Amino acid sequence: MSQGTGIGEAPTASVGRVVPEGVDITHGPILYLEDITVSFDGFKALNKLTLTVDAGELRCVIGPNGAGKTTMMDVITGKTRPDTGTAFFGQTIDLTRLTEAQIAHAGIGRKFQKPTVFENHSVFENLELAMKTDKRVRHSLFARPDSAQLGRIARTLDLIQLMGEADKLAGLLSHGQKQWLEIGMLIMQEPKLLLLDEPVAGMTDEETHRTAELLEKLKGEHSVVVVEHDMEFIGRIASTVTVLHEGSVLAEGPMEQVKHDERVIEVYLGR
Amino acid sequence: MKTTDVPNFMFAQQRAALFDTRGWIALAAFALLVAVVVPVLFLAVPADNPLHLSAYSVTLIGKIMCYCVVAVAMNLIWGYAGILSLGHGVFFALGGYAFGMYLMRMIGHEGQYQSDLPDFMVFLDWKAYPWFWSFTDHFWYSALLVVLAPALLAFVFGFFAFRSRIRGVYFSIITQAMTFAFMLLFFRNDTGFGGNNGFTDFKRILGFRIADPATRATLFAITGLYLIGTLVLCQALVRSKFGRVLTAVRDSETRVMFSGYNPLWYKLFVWILSAVLCGIAGALYVPQVGIINPSEMSPANSIEIAIWVAVGGRGTLLGPVLGAGIVSAARSFFTQSFPEYWLFFLGMLFILVTLFLPAGVMGAIKKIGKRT
Repeated sequence: MSQGTGIGEAPTASVGRVVPEGVDITHGPILYLEDITVSFDGFKALNKLTLTVDAGELRCVIGPNGAGKTTMMDVITGKTRPDTGTAFFGQTIDLTRLTEAQIAHAGIGRKFQKPTVFENHSVFENLELAMKTDKRVRHSLFARPDSAQLGRIARTLDLIQLMGEADKLAGLLSHGQKQWLEIGMLIMQEPKLLLLDEPVAGMTDEETHRTAELLEKLKGEHSVVVVEHDMEFIGRIASTVTVLHEGSVLAEGPMEQVKHDERVIEVYLGR
Repeated sequence: MKTTDVPNFMFAQQRAALFDTRGWIALAAFALLVAVVVPVLFLAVPADNPLHLSAYSVTLIGKIMCYCVVAVAMNLIWGYAGILSLGHGVFFALGGYAFGMYLMRMIGHEGQYQSDLPDFMVFLDWKAYPWFWSFTDHFWYSALLVVLAPALLAFVFGFFAFRSRIRGVYFSIITQAMTFAFMLLFFRNDTGFGGNNGFTDFKRILGFRIADPATRATLFAITGLYLIGTLVLCQALVRSKFGRVLTAVRDSETRVMFSGYNPLWYKLFVWILSAVLCGIAGALYVPQVGIINPSEMSPANSIEIAIWVAVGGRGTLLGPVLGAGIVSAARSFFTQSFPEYWLFFLGMLFILVTLFLPAGVMGAIKKIGKRT
């Protein structure tokens, strides 16, 4: 991360002083949330939430509406500050002290519900623009992806199954394809932790199925947290499931176990 | 992740040339036309020959080519970066004034009052040049000013506007106010730029007489080649990754920020570049047309620049050139034949193009091309 000044200075270059290069995951977990409480006008959106995610893990977070899923994402990305509690990224990075941009720079990528891609650029160009590289003006003027970078784009195209659409304008893609492209753009930024907010909302069954496959492939290579309330979709990706209810963790474990948990059944069927 | 072979089309995309063969041939033909054919028809072909070009036409075409450069520069900022400037006339005029200072000093003692100072300063009873006129008798210093004056104004204005995230119609309105303010400033005699008369009655440039046909032909050729250079530069810029970031800023600025880019520097770079291109065009315009005055900074002038681009087609390479050509040619025709109807025509043209040709003339040509 450069400390230079002048035209093309990266917006968050000052992060270099706050955040040490790389995330310390020597103890296993990449994300620690401990006793997080967030209240809005007395209503506790998060109530002493404690959650850890291991590096390389694919974690699904489910829960009924109002359980605090989105608030949890907001705390992790710095959009909302917790009233109490600690949030650490790796061993050393205190998320409660960084701005949104600094957190993004430190390696947490978030995908929002509504897909936003560059509609007038081709799929290939979308990935090229998102790719982790020098993003200053000076570099962009003469930059041409080398074969290693083209290889990364090709791998991502393969992963998100859009190789055949590489030359197509992103605006012409179907809803599902746009979601995949956006996941691909996040991957190109090489985040250490990927947060996906309802990635299958509005998708057809076929698309949902393929998204599940895609997330399966990300496992191990990337640490991913998926927030969903589509139980069937969660069931398709074998992973640890965390059930949130009224701002805290209700149950945690493999899907089969969670599905038969009395309290989970009550929360989901009682409503 | 398993390694995937890079498909060939990706390499092809990266190696794509700036122009295809036809494009290069067209550019070369145009270069030949402005640098050889027109000067020959103007200088060597006798006046009674039907192929002879009059000084009037050469000046008119040269003037329109200056406008074309301004349109291309405007398109760079509006068509690709999505920033509508309604004050580009000020950059054009600043370039013109910067070079005009040199031309004024080259008049020497040939002015009305045969003084060391330009006539308007004698008229104001000034005894010496104001400080900002220092060194303007050196050609290269003035040439430097042609670049620096618009660049500095663009930097200061753009930095604060873009940093405050001023966008869309608000930005356009501020640029209008800027050009209007500069016009009022330059109208004042005390400002030191000749007040409402501006600069005129130029005699020499680098020792050559401006009225000399050979000088005219040279200025014409330089303007034509400059237009070609601007087109090539813009194409290179638009085809680069920088250009792709720029269009991404136009379409979704927040997404660009999420991707780790700082739009401020991207916008500022292209904004300054656009201003400098206009400034140089202004400097070439002044010796050919023979006058520069504050009316070049009038808000209506800057709006007309936007109309050129809208008529030709935003976000296309040749659209602005066509637009500037068509509208300027129409203006010459109307102001000669029906001067009172020109503004009505211009307004109607803008409405009609917006309604029926949202992509401009270039868009219409493309559509017809697809149909057949």
